Amino acid sequence: MTVFATTIPDDAHQEPMIQLLGPDGTRTPHAELDAVLTGGGGAEDLQSPDALRGYYRDMVMIRAADLEATSLQRQGQLGLWASALGQEAAQIGAGHAARVQDYLVPTYREHGVAWARGIEPWRLLELFRGISHGGWDPAELRTHPYMIVLGSQAPHAVGYAMGLQRDGAVGTGDRAHDTAVLALFGDGASSEGEVSESFTFAKSFDAPVVFYTQNNQWAISVPTSVQSSVPLAQRSRGWGIPSVRVDGNDVLAVMAAVRSALDAARAGEGPRFIEAVTYRMAAHTTSDDAGRYRPAAEEEEWAERDPILRLRRHLEQLGAIDEDFVRRCDDEAHELAMQLHHHIHGMEDPDPVHIFEHVYTEHHPVVEAEKQAYREYAAQFEDEADQDGARA
Amino acid sequence: MSTTTLPIAKAITAGLRDAMHADEHVMLMGEDIGRLGGVFRVTDGLHAEFGSQRVVDTPLAEAGIVGTAVGLAMRGYRPVVEIQFDGFVFPAYNQITTQVAKMHYRTGGRVTLPMVIRIPHGGGIGAVEHHSESPEALFAHTAGLRIIAPATSQDAYWMTRQAIESEDPVIVLEPKRRYWVKGDVDPDHRPELGPWQAQVRRPGTDATLLAWGPSVPLALESAEAAAEDGIELEVIDARSLAPLDMETVTASVRRTGRLVIVHEAPVLGGLGGEIAARVSEQCFYHLEAPVLRIGGYATPYPPARMEHAYLPDLERVLDGVDRVLSH
Repeated sequence: MTVFATTIPDDAHQEPMIQLLGPDGTRTPHAELDAVLTGGGGAEDLQSPDALRGYYRDMVMIRAADLEATSLQRQGQLGLWASALGQEAAQIGAGHAARVQDYLVPTYREHGVAWARGIEPWRLLELFRGISHGGWDPAELRTHPYMIVLGSQAPHAVGYAMGLQRDGAVGTGDRAHDTAVLALFGDGASSEGEVSESFTFAKSFDAPVVFYTQNNQWAISVPTSVQSSVPLAQRSRGWGIPSVRVDGNDVLAVMAAVRSALDAARAGEGPRFIEAVTYRMAAHTTSDDAGRYRPAAEEEEWAERDPILRLRRHLEQLGAIDEDFVRRCDDEAHELAMQLHHHIHGMEDPDPVHIFEHVYTEHHPVVEAEKQAYREYAAQFEDEADQDGARA
Repeated sequence: MSTTTLPIAKAITAGLRDAMHADEHVMLMGEDIGRLGGVFRVTDGLHAEFGSQRVVDTPLAEAGIVGTAVGLAMRGYRPVVEIQFDGFVFPAYNQITTQVAKMHYRTGGRVTLPMVIRIPHGGGIGAVEHHSESPEALFAHTAGLRIIAPATSQDAYWMTRQAIESEDPVIVLEPKRRYWVKGDVDPDHRPELGPWQAQVRRPGTDATLLAWGPSVPLALESAEAAAEDGIELEVIDARSLAPLDMETVTASVRRTGRLVIVHEAPVLGGLGGEIAARVSEQCFYHLEAPVLRIGGYATPYPPARMEHAYLPDLERVLDGVDRVLSH
């Protein structure tokens, strides 16, 4: 028995949703997924009190960074910010479910995943401030660049997974070596043709890739019901890709499903698909006005299902958290926000001559000529500035 | 193996085979390229020789083919993708323009994408719609891509090898209607001429003819015909379309004072316009006549029974030559 289904119920709307933590923090036992979470025990135990406190801290930290980024945009320090508020469990859970050797392929709203992969939040801000198109080395951090053309990253994930197969990094039985890919995209992007093509390639070659969609209910202003009139989780089943729907505000359900799927993929069992049902608590970006298309009552309803609040309630029920820990997390989060503020004010605009760099690896006469012409053109104004300075 | 005579298609096959022997990370992907050997048989025999892990018959989905090739390249492979026909590249247009062209730039040079996209291009084969197009300007307009168009067997072999060796993504436009034209190939001696350089195929003094891919033999044929009338045309094979080797072109135009550009793609918005603009900037005082372009019309590619009137031919090229010489 597995929670990953290959068939669609007669009434498609009867699709189950896996939930291990209720909104009030109550833990529901689940034989299959509990085994995934406890793993081999010890360091593998994904639900030890230490591990749970770690997820709580991570979620508090990334929310603080997210809120600070919104403030920085309002202060004119960022051109744009795409908040992931409300999706912390869906992202911290998925990010930590991946093993260190796995390769993660995000969209542009994956700040919790990036945090879990060790990417400092200020590196994300390079893109949103406009000083670079991406602030990290994908090979070093085993995390693809943020992707803005939605869905385009899905075939990259499958291709990378096909490379893993050719490298002998799949199905050897060694979980510390065998590798899988986590392809992330949202409910809107799940309609992109490249996602469908990725399902096709992944299944035809049984590539070790897990497709993971955070259904945050809104693709800018368009509700998920326009993307699909049936649960998104069912989309992959026509391809023969087993899938499951989980509560995306439940960090344990997310973690168990993603870990289980990645381990199946790394074992050579082929692709899996997971829909994490969550909510984009903020607007699409700082340029968006969610008040134009969604009712406040809906936002209030989802606020009750807040992923951080939920885990805190669970920790309280376990007696595994005290006020001192909560305060320390809040203090650290405040410190992180201050660091972010400090970093952004230290980010100098690059010399525009960088426009011409890294277009090609080898000499390109037109780019070189334009770079030289730009330098000469810009130098005229430097001379003028010098003369003005001399006159003054 | 010393110099041998091969059709262009087989020279490409040999280039692919030798590249696969030289580097185990080189792999081929595309529709029908396995047991069938591709609809033009360019990959004939390679599946049997290298197996299905390195010669991959893919699902029929061009965005998926190019997109998975991006992922493979980021994992350290050197994928060589075959697009079956020029008109079928457009489902992959997003991947090529937003991903393949920009990944190196996006990552500040941290990622390289050494991948090749082979496209049989051009018309003249009596085909149905979407099988005869010349989309080079669309890709040449996209920074981050390199585009080459071999016209001879020797170039087909070596430019295929060089495209695979490049750390930049390269689109190779193969002259499909000339696939079975034979020529000499010397696979043992790497040519001095790089893949991004143009080549003077025939020296001349009265005007310069610039062409690439399937139009190069037409330009040479036109020059032979003009020579019978005492007109000596210099023929340049552009070879590389991105970047363009303007040094070779402008050096020639400074000698001849006249330039006619021949390509199958529509003249409107075509690469000929870019070349003409650069020549006017760089050779203004050497020009004796306006730069002329002979190419396809501002129409979709026509049904095959009319393509003879759409494609540049000997008469249209010579008419263009007459016009530049009349100044």
